[in-house]
Amino acid sequence: MQIQPILAALKKHKIPAFLIVLEIALACAVLCNTVFMIGQRISEIHLPNAIDEAGVSVINVNGIDPKTANADIPRDLDALRQIPGVTAAAAFNMFPLGNNSWNTDVGTSPDSLFAKDSPNIAEYMFTKGGPEAIGMRLLEGRFFTDEEYAGSKLGDNYLPTSHVVVVTQSLAQRLWPGESALGKRVWIGQQQNYTVVGVVANVLRPGQNGGGIGHFYWAMFLPVSPAAGIQNYVVRSAPQARDRVLRDSVAKLEALSPSVVVKGQAFTEIRNKFFADARSMVWMLVLVCVVMLAVTAFGIVGLTSFWVGQRRRQIGIRRAVGATRAHILQYFQTENFLLSTAGVVIGMVLAFGINLYLMQHYQLNRLPWYYLPASAIALWLLGQLAVLGPALRAANVPPVVATRDA
Amino acid sequence: MFAYYLDLALRSLKRTPVLTALMVLAIGLGIGASMTMITVLHVMTADPLPGRSAHLYVPHLDPLPLTYQQPETAPEPNDSLTWPDAMALLRAHRGVRQAAMAGGTLLLTPQLANLQPFDITGRYATTDFFAMFGVPFVAGSGWTSADDAARAHVVVLAESLAVKLFGSENPVGQTVELGNNGSTPNGFRVVGVTRDWAPRPLFYEDTAGKPYTDADKFFLPLSVAVDLKLDFSGNMMGWGRGSGNGWRTSPRISWLQFWVQLDTPTRARAYHQFLIDYSAEQKALGRFQRPATNAKLYSLMGWMAHENLVPEDVRLQFWLAIGFLGVAMLNIVALLLAKFLRRSPEISVRRAMGARKRDIFVQFGIESALIGVAGGLLGLGIAQLGLWSIRQRPDDYAHLAQMDPSMLIGTVALAIVASVLAGLLPAWRACRVPPALQLKTL
Repeated sequence: MQIQPILAALKKHKIPAFLIVLEIALACAVLCNTVFMIGQRISEIHLPNAIDEAGVSVINVNGIDPKTANADIPRDLDALRQIPGVTAAAAFNMFPLGNNSWNTDVGTSPDSLFAKDSPNIAEYMFTKGGPEAIGMRLLEGRFFTDEEYAGSKLGDNYLPTSHVVVVTQSLAQRLWPGESALGKRVWIGQQQNYTVVGVVANVLRPGQNGGGIGHFYWAMFLPVSPAAGIQNYVVRSAPQARDRVLRDSVAKLEALSPSVVVKGQAFTEIRNKFFADARSMVWMLVLVCVVMLAVTAFGIVGLTSFWVGQRRRQIGIRRAVGATRAHILQYFQTENFLLSTAGVVIGMVLAFGINLYLMQHYQLNRLPWYYLPASAIALWLLGQLAVLGPALRAANVPPVVATRDA
Repeated sequence: MFAYYLDLALRSLKRTPVLTALMVLAIGLGIGASMTMITVLHVMTADPLPGRSAHLYVPHLDPLPLTYQQPETAPEPNDSLTWPDAMALLRAHRGVRQAAMAGGTLLLTPQLANLQPFDITGRYATTDFFAMFGVPFVAGSGWTSADDAARAHVVVLAESLAVKLFGSENPVGQTVELGNNGSTPNGFRVVGVTRDWAPRPLFYEDTAGKPYTDADKFFLPLSVAVDLKLDFSGNMMGWGRGSGNGWRTSPRISWLQFWVQLDTPTRARAYHQFLIDYSAEQKALGRFQRPATNAKLYSLMGWMAHENLVPEDVRLQFWLAIGFLGVAMLNIVALLLAKFLRRSPEISVRRAMGARKRDIFVQFGIESALIGVAGGLLGLGIAQLGLWSIRQRPDDYAHLAQMDPSMLIGTVALAIVASVLAGLLPAWRACRVPPALQLKTL
C-alpha cells in the first residue's frame, strides 16, 4: 500500500482532514483524563481497611450525662457483651469512614509542631478491648495493657493522659522512614508525647480531611478509660449474626437509658454511604466517555461517507484499471489510520497538558504513562471501526461507474 | 427571503434524515451535558442574599504568630475570629450593622410528653444578625442589644420547629428547654419566630458545615452561649498553649464568624483602614506579630470565592462537559461541511441564477441554526434528565440542581450559538464554490 497518493488526496481536503484530526485529538485528551479519574475513584472505593469490616457494627449514643459517663459506658458495654453472638465490644471516640473526626498535627520532636510538613493525623481512642472489637491486625510490638487503659483519662485538651500509642504502618513510614517505629516518640505540641508500642496494618481515617488519598491511613490509636465523648460502641460478631446482633444491641441500649438517642449501623453500610458520591461520579464519567466516543465515531462515519460519495468516479476508474476491492478498502482504512495517528499524537500532548493543569489546580495525580498508548489504541480501533462501513461501500463501487458521465 | 431559506433548509434536512438526526443528536448531547454542569455551577455560585449581598462584608484579621506554618490540609485558623477580636470589632461599631456568630448543636427537651428529646442545630449570634441579613419574622422579633449585654435567656425559633413544639399555640412567650447533650437544660423564653429561612449557600457558616443543606432552627445570644459554655459546632482552631475549659474567650483560639454591613464603597474603604489600624494597635500591644496590612475586608461574593464553596468534583465535571461540547461542535462542523459541499452543484445553479455569495451564506446559516434549535430542544430534555439524576445523588448540593427560566432560555441560546458557530466555516466554504467549474460537470 502506497501512502503517497493518500497524502496527495488529503491535501485536496485539508479542512475536513484537519477536522477529523482535531476531533480525534480532543476525544483522546478528554478520554485519557476521564479514564484516569475513573480509575482513581475506583481504587478509592476499594481502598483496603485492616479491620473486620464484615463483622463490625457501630452504635452511636447521644445524650449520656458527662458526670455519670464513666459508669454508664462500662455498664452499656457489659450489657452488649452479654448479647448472644457478640465476640467483643468497646467504646471508641470515632470510627473509620464515620466523617466525624478528631485530628491533630504531630511531630517527631518537641519543636516540630510548627514545621511546615508536620502531618495532620486522626487520633483514635478506645477503651479496653478496642483492638479486638474492631479487628485490627498487629504487625509489630503489642497493644495496650489493662493498666494503660485504666490509667489513661481524657484530659481537658481532649488528649488522654497515657504515654503509649499504636500507629498505622503508613504513619510509621511517614514519621520514621526506613526505621522501626517501636520505642520512638510522637509529639503533640511541646508538652505531650507518646511512645510507640505497636504498629498495625493500615486502618482508614474517619474522612479524608482535605488531605487526599495519600493521607488516608495516617492515624494513631490511644488507650482511654470511659469518659463523655468516647461514645461510639463498636460491636463485633460473626458476619452472619451481625444484623441480628445490631438490632438486639440497639434495643438493649434503648431499654437501658431511655433518654439517650441511639443510632446503629453495620460497618458495610457506613462504607457504602461514605463512597456513594464516588460511585455515582464513576457512573457519570463512564457515561460521558461512552457518549463522547459515540459522537466521535458518528463524525468519522459522516465525513468518510461524504468522501466516498465524492470519489465514486475515481474509485470506479481505479477499479477499471485493475484495483481489487481489497485495494479500495485498504485505501480508506490506511487513510483513516494516518488521520487517527496524527490526532492521537496531538491528543496525547493535549492530554498531558490538561493533566498538568489539573494537577496544579485540583488534587489530581500525574497521569501514568500507559494511559496514553492505551487511549491511542482505543481511538485507532474506534476509527477503523467507524470507517469500515463507508469503506465497504466504497469497495462495492462497480468499475462501470468510470465509463458513465463525462 | 427568510421564509424561503427556511423552506429550503427544511427540505434539505428532510433529504438526509440520518445525517440530520446524527447532527441533532450530537449537539443535543453536547448541550445537554454542558448545561447540566453549568446549571449546577450556576446554582452553587448564586447570590445567597440578592439585594443585600452587595453591602455585606467579612473582616479578616491575622493574629497568628510568625512561627505558624499553614499545613496544606487544614483550614486556615484566621478565617474565623477570636473572641477578643470579635468583641472589639463589635464594640467599635464602625459598620451600619455588625454581628458575631457561631454554629451550635443542642439537645432540646420538649415539654410535650409524647416527644423524645432531640438534637437541633442553630446559631449563637448578636442582635444585629436579624436586621443585617433581613431574616423574615412570622411572629415577635429578634432580641435587643440589652438582651445581649444582660445575657438574657431568650431564643428565636424557626417556624417548623415552633410548630413542632407548640402546634397552633402562639410560641412567643413560651419556654424552650435547651442544653448541652447530657447536661441539665436551661429554660429559654421564645421572643420571635422566623420563617424557615436558609440562604443557599449558607454563606455565614464556616467551612466545617454543609452550606447547601444546613439550616438554623434556633438562634440565641452569643453571650449566653459563652456564659453557659454551650456546645459549639464548627472549626475551632488554636495556636500556642491550649486553655482548657475557658477556650471560648481565649485570644489564641478562633471560632467566630463576623459580618458587617457597609452601605457605600467609601465606608467599606474606611472600614478596611480601620481593620489595618486595629491590627497595628494590636501589634503595638504585642498581641499580633504579623504585618498590620494582612488585615483584609472581603465582600460577600469575594468571601464565597475565598472559602471555595464549590466542590472540586463539580468544577472538574464542568470542564469535562465543556470538553465534551467541544468534541460535539467539531463533529457538527465536519458533518455540515460534508453536507454543504455535497450540494456544490445546487449552489452553482443558484449562483448562476444571480444569488450573491452573501445569500448562499445566509441560506446555509439558517440551515445550521435550524439544527441548533432542534439540538437545543433535545439538549434541554437531556439536561433535565441529567439534573434529575444529580438530584438522586447523595451530595450536599444535589437537591438544588434545578433550572430557572434564565437557564432554560440560556440552553436554547447556547445551542443556537454553538451550531451557528459550527456552521460558519462550512457556509463560508460553500459560498466560495466556483459556479462555472461545477456547472460544467453537471
